[in-house]
Amino acid sequence: MIYRSMYGLPAWSVYRPYRDLDRMRREMDRLFDAFSGQGEGRVSAGVYPLVNLTEDQENFYLRAELPGMKAEDLDIQVTANSLSLSGERKIAQEGNGVKYHRREREGGRFSRVVTLPGDINAEKVDADLVNGVLTVKIAKAEAAKPKQITVRH
Amino acid sequence: MAATDSKELKVREKQEVAHPAEQTRPGVYFTPTVDIFETDKEMTLLADMPGVKPDKLSIDLRDNTLTLEGDIAPTDGQKGESIYEEYTSGRFYRQFSLSEVIDQAKIDAQLQDGVLRLTLPKVEKATPRKIAVRTR
Repeated sequence: MIYRSMYGLPAWSVYRPYRDLDRMRREMDRLFDAFSGQGEGRVSAGVYPLVNLTEDQENFYLRAELPGMKAEDLDIQVTANSLSLSGERKIAQEGNGVKYHRREREGGRFSRVVTLPGDINAEKVDADLVNGVLTVKIAKAEAAKPKQITVRH
Repeated sequence: MAATDSKELKVREKQEVAHPAEQTRPGVYFTPTVDIFETDKEMTLLADMPGVKPDKLSIDLRDNTLTLEGDIAPTDGQKGESIYEEYTSGRFYRQFSLSEVIDQAKIDAQLQDGVLRLTLPKVEKATPRKIAVRTR
């Protein structure tokens, strides 16, 4: 009783110390991730190209950096809940007799499949390649869209 | 003929760099991957700068130091809430020290599909001259 009144806890709350500890641990993890440099919650599949996936109520948006790629060298296919991205990045030959100081850019084939967190409408997929950044807009399937539920009374 | 042999492309994390000037705007800088090659007449630099619009790219050459800077809005084109994130968008920055004397008036820059192609013609006197070895 003394404890409750001291800390101002409402009398009906059940004191659960581990819940607070859990919350604190999650916060700490988040902070450590943020400080370790490479951003938070970064999980890379280790397959080219790296992608970022976002969503809103209607669509999923997949983005990838593909500098120097032409739309015709890119092949995108979708199934019920996945998207496959393949193609070839071509680095043109720079004539004979050129001498290189740096050669860091790489060409080659790639092929990747990304599983989306919900079903999609395969008929409504738009892909844009602008300034070397690919953006694919993928409409969610009707069943996968969040529904607003009105509470009747 | 395309130079690409059909090897698999490997993931390469973008390298973050520190900008020499202290920044007042949040956001990270990455170093673009480049190819630099030369012929007798000119030097050419190719830099991968995905997401940089032509008007947001600055190229500066002074005292034989070439500075490339590509600006990008961190949330450019990003819509919705993040589900997962494998890469970060950021500005690009890289400096080079050029050993050749460049003809400033004839520099040509093109930005296409996120790749910068910068042509730096050498001034006439810097083009190599064949030295004939005399024999006695």
